[in-house]
Amino acid sequence: MAAAAQPTSSNEDRPLLQVEGLRKHFPAGASRFRRNERFIHAVDDVNFTLGRGESLGLVGESGCGKTTTGKMLVRLIDPTDGHVIFDDGTGEPTDIATLRGKPLKEFRKHAQMIFQDPYESMNPRRTIFDTIAEPLQVQDIGTLVDRLDRVMEMLALVGLTPPRTFLFRYPHELSGGQRQRVAIARALIVEPSFVVADEPTSMLDVSVRTGVMQLMADLASGLGIGYLYITHDLAVARYMCSRIAVMYLGKIVEIGDTEEILRSPQHPYTQALLSAVPVPDPTVSREAVKIKGGVTTLINPPAQCRFYPRCPIADDYCETNDHPPLERKGQEQEVSCYKA
Amino acid sequence: MSGYPLLAVEDLTMHYQTRAGEVCAVDGVSLSLERGQSLGLVGESGCGKSSLALALLRLQPENAQILRGKVLLDGVDLVSLSEEEMRTYRWNRIAMVFQSAMNALDPVYRVGDQIIEALEQHSNAARQDMVDRVGELYKLVNLSPNFIQRYPHEYSGGMKQRAIIAMALACEPDLIIADEPTTALDVIVQDHILREFGNIRKELNMSMLYISHDMAVIAEVSDVVAVMYAGKIVEYGTAEEVFNKPIHPYTRALMSAFPSVTGEKHELATLGGEPPNPLDLPSGCHFHPRCPFATDMCAEQEPPTVRRGDHWADCWNPPED
Repeated sequence: MAAAAQPTSSNEDRPLLQVEGLRKHFPAGASRFRRNERFIHAVDDVNFTLGRGESLGLVGESGCGKTTTGKMLVRLIDPTDGHVIFDDGTGEPTDIATLRGKPLKEFRKHAQMIFQDPYESMNPRRTIFDTIAEPLQVQDIGTLVDRLDRVMEMLALVGLTPPRTFLFRYPHELSGGQRQRVAIARALIVEPSFVVADEPTSMLDVSVRTGVMQLMADLASGLGIGYLYITHDLAVARYMCSRIAVMYLGKIVEIGDTEEILRSPQHPYTQALLSAVPVPDPTVSREAVKIKGGVTTLINPPAQCRFYPRCPIADDYCETNDHPPLERKGQEQEVSCYKA
Repeated sequence: MSGYPLLAVEDLTMHYQTRAGEVCAVDGVSLSLERGQSLGLVGESGCGKSSLALALLRLQPENAQILRGKVLLDGVDLVSLSEEEMRTYRWNRIAMVFQSAMNALDPVYRVGDQIIEALEQHSNAARQDMVDRVGELYKLVNLSPNFIQRYPHEYSGGMKQRAIIAMALACEPDLIIADEPTTALDVIVQDHILREFGNIRKELNMSMLYISHDMAVIAEVSDVVAVMYAGKIVEYGTAEEVFNKPIHPYTRALMSAFPSVTGEKHELATLGGEPPNPLDLPSGCHFHPRCPFATDMCAEQEPPTVRRGDHWADCWNPPED
């Protein structure tokens, strides 16, 4: 990239993405006759960084806001509030939370997304070539011949070989694993700086899943792509991500080095989540998960700790005070809990 | 008590007629299940595990045909029963919890009424007794009785699944077939439901056939494990034997491909290729194109059964014992 801004030392140190106070509040139950006063706090004051070429796992139960967070980073959803400072080291750092028009379209080259369901995320009437070349077409990159070459290259890269035989097939002719490889090729063809991968392997069979996981990990290290890897499966996150962030009801409750968190989870929610993961060993009997009840409502939640209603160690202090801030507990570990 | 196991499946074979050709979804499956035992059936999508479950209940779709084999429940062959007779077995003796059971509740009726409707189909008890029974069932699956009079949309996913389990237990069946009942649920909810399943099973001395693609869940719920690949059971044994000393290369590949959150972080092995196309199954051992130990023999002839006590697998090249 020629038009690079003068690299300064502070620029070098900046992470690829710096997320500050990110929020998304969806209106709940608004209608033409009623002004809306109720909001679903899907993502509420989320802060984290994603380094260049780093993969960060965002884990949590369904409805905790992980997909909403991911979609805001690629601007498929507009944030209600907060900043996402993007700096790939080649230009001025920009706040992508408020981009519009041309700069936004320009940014889309740098940020791509891979969706969960390879059966739903592809147009059944478009060939594999059309599907993978679409980002180039949208961004108006290259001639048709160039695009063909690039698509062939990408197909080979994601292991769909020989590429020629896949070019003009349709999604229904491919298996789930092959489709997910097509989705990866489509995301990577514009050489993005980061990819939001939303449960990319959860619909795949075990024997196919590891292949796709391996491919994504190899491509990340080979091409220096950062991943925000969204998953509900801690075991998958362990293999894909060097750091993980645990989300609960719109808040990050624990973030840090993957192995450190798995070895000594500090937040009671992380502990519960870990203890609920089944162990593939019939001789092991796990202890019962300690937390009670189901996920509480996200509509205008009280200021207290989000986990308070289900927390096994909460006390009066937790009830009367605001949601605890993230505080450093271990070497690389930050936890949002008064009692941890 | 009779000398029969509760359920014995012998050489069950079921084909689907499709426009593209004949698909052998269940291929000579034999199993047996003792009273109170739980059998975990593990396999990938399309391997025929759900088809097997449907065949056991004779609920297979119209284009499917049971070609041969027996399904013996307490020694009675369900395959040879008339549809009328079969109906007295379903729900009373064998109940099923389907994969997408959560969506099986009718949104416009109260959940309690739907359970009563199921009861009415299968018993002649008085209305009040049935209402009481629903209350008992709710207690059994840890649902608040306040929810009996509520509608499905007021339930969370986990609660719906509990209500469906309550419905399956309504007639105190001897055998419950659970087809991926927790797949769509979060781990914490899954944990609660698996525990409840276990407790209820013990309490009622019920047998269970638990179908899942998730090795870890199978390890937790099963006494006996059957591994299915391309319509066939390829390995069978107690959970300890299958998990600690797997014989079949497919079972071994599944285990080493499975990421774990506990213990050392081991390299995940990748099994090459894709599950076979059921319209065009490989010759010999169906697994041979993906098998790291395959020899010429594997492509030519069906593998023999290797027996180590009650634990067996179909393989030409089993590992040393």
